[in-house]
Amino acid sequence: MAGKVLMKGNEAVAEAAIMAGCRCFFGYPITPQNEIPEYMSRRMPEVGGVFLQAESEVAGSNMVYGAACAGARVMTTSSSPGISLMQEAISYMAGAELPCVVVNIVRGGPGLGGIQGAQSDYFQATKGGGHGDYHLLVFGPSTVQELVDLTMEAFDLADMYRNPVMILGDAILGQMMEPVEMRKRPPRADLPPKTWAATGAAGRPKNIITSLYLDPAKLEKHNLRLAEKHRRMAAEQVRYATHMTEDADVVLVAYGTTARIARAALDRARERGLRVGLFRPISLWPFPYEALAAATAGASHVLVVEMSLGQMVEDVRLALGDTKPVHFYGRTGGMSPSPREILDEIVKIVERGA
Amino acid sequence: MQKVFGRPEALADVPTHYCPGCTHGIIHRLIAEVIDELGVRERTVGISPVGCAVLAYDYFNCDFVEASHGRAPAVATGIKRASPNSVVFTYQGDGDLASIGAGEIVHAASRGERITVIFVNNAIYGMTGGQMAPTTLPGQKTTTSPRGRDPEVAGHPIRVCELLSSLSGAAYIARVSVTSPANVAKARRAVKKAFETQLEGRGFSLVEFLSTCPTNWGMTPVEALKWVDDKMAVYYPLGEYTRVPEVG
Ligand SMILES: Cc1ncc(C[n+]2csc(CCOP(=O)(O)OP(=O)(O)O)c2C)c(N)n1
Ligand code: SF4
Repeated sequence: MAGKVLMKGNEAVAEAAIMAGCRCFFGYPITPQNEIPEYMSRRMPEVGGVFLQAESEVAGSNMVYGAACAGARVMTTSSSPGISLMQEAISYMAGAELPCVVVNIVRGGPGLGGIQGAQSDYFQATKGGGHGDYHLLVFGPSTVQELVDLTMEAFDLADMYRNPVMILGDAILGQMMEPVEMRKRPPRADLPPKTWAATGAAGRPKNIITSLYLDPAKLEKHNLRLAEKHRRMAAEQVRYATHMTEDADVVLVAYGTTARIARAALDRARERGLRVGLFRPISLWPFPYEALAAATAGASHVLVVEMSLGQMVEDVRLALGDTKPVHFYGRTGGMSPSPREILDEIVKIVERGA
Repeated sequence: MQKVFGRPEALADVPTHYCPGCTHGIIHRLIAEVIDELGVRERTVGISPVGCAVLAYDYFNCDFVEASHGRAPAVATGIKRASPNSVVFTYQGDGDLASIGAGEIVHAASRGERITVIFVNNAIYGMTGGQMAPTTLPGQKTTTSPRGRDPEVAGHPIRVCELLSSLSGAAYIARVSVTSPANVAKARRAVKKAFETQLEGRGFSLVEFLSTCPTNWGMTPVEALKWVDDKMAVYYPLGEYTRVPEVG
């Protein structure tokens, strides 16, 4: 596949994984991401890969753990309730330093919630999710093209850092059809060989893969080493985009699908002569704290928009402290904010702030 | 002088942490002997459970992966599917396999995963200090069934071999014990058949060991072996459990 093709987000993410050399997929059906396992069940046999429908997300994510132990490029995908069940394996993989890619096509919660798009898993994705001191790389794409590009790159990053990487999408992005360029992306040439993998101790000492350190001094040492790696990830993987922030009086902060809606609100505001900009975090962990502070230095107000009741806004407040008012507008439960609603919020802020 | 008894190559030369009279050690040795005999040590990947055998990776001399509690069959599935040439075995206790991991073992067996499961049934949770297990016998006292297990309240013990042998993917299922030299020899043959089942690509294989936990049973090692013969082997009959033929 080359050149631009029209693809649904969910199918594009599946093909992107295959193009990046992913040859193992384990998953369990859940709306709104069923097109991914369905696509994989067709495609994997064509490329000599493994597709297996697991009996649960608990099992599926532990199959991912196993395939990662064997040195395979492996992915699983799910949506919010399923991702909750995967937290055990994710924590174990982070602890045992296993590379894998996890895609969360987020739907509204808590509990069974609903099946429409949401951003209410931000805390779970960026602040831990499972138990223990660890971090995932988390990316929040806002177009199908970005979803494809980040998914492909995620496999390299997972291998590079020996760490799970999460793509945080949502039902809208998963279901949306957009033209995308699908470029085959061979694994980076500079990735370290997987000499640690459990493939049989032929002509070498045995390899052990574990996250168990019964001696607290050893566990602390292990965690400190992981923390050092997390610091490296944080320093090297900050990503964001800005739009018209230079002269902005009000800067919108939004990621993923919400950033597209915010962009539409920005256009309308500009038509009215309001100086509005947009800051869009792409890496959610690491969060672009410094870039956000720099991009909003000249603004008097910041308005965070999310499809949640306020999760990323906490990172924005961490970045900006009390240097300026940080406002919030969110819709939840699978409802998305409209450009009109965001514009109204902007107008309110400008009128109040003037 | 000819050496007639030595350490199998697949067993590491380290002391284990198992209690005196615990049969985990004998079971380790049998597995290692079979791995050596089949000449597959350099292809083998073992998976240790959460339970007393969590450190099995230190005791075997082959690649090893530590799984979360009960998930060893899923981890084994991931390894075997990604690397079909590997010889993959799990080593799991009764809490691990028949309680928290009941879903994973049933589905691995039903899929006919080409893995070998060594199931160590000691009718108790050893590692956490002697709580009731899904295989604890009726009337058996544990720290969470202090008046003896009452099936009316705590349910009935699970017979894993009988349960799994009803699944078409289960190609070889056997229950053994190691309470006498004759039983040890039988157990070794069963382990070998289980690994051969995997090597021949015939499907899922499992050997259940009736094993002792003198520490948490509050018995001497000799009493514990007798209890396996007199009590456990009555509820859990030894033998091979034939595969149900595929229908249709
Ligand atoms: C998710 C989770 N729940 C509970 C535990 C605590 N735990 C550790 S070992 C164990 C029971 C092990 O018993 P069994 O599988 O029978 O093995 P044995 O120790 O008897 O060999 C439990 C409940 C854990 N480690 N992880
Ligand atoms: S606690 Fe029981 S099962 Fe665990 S090592 Fe001791 S005797 Fe064996």
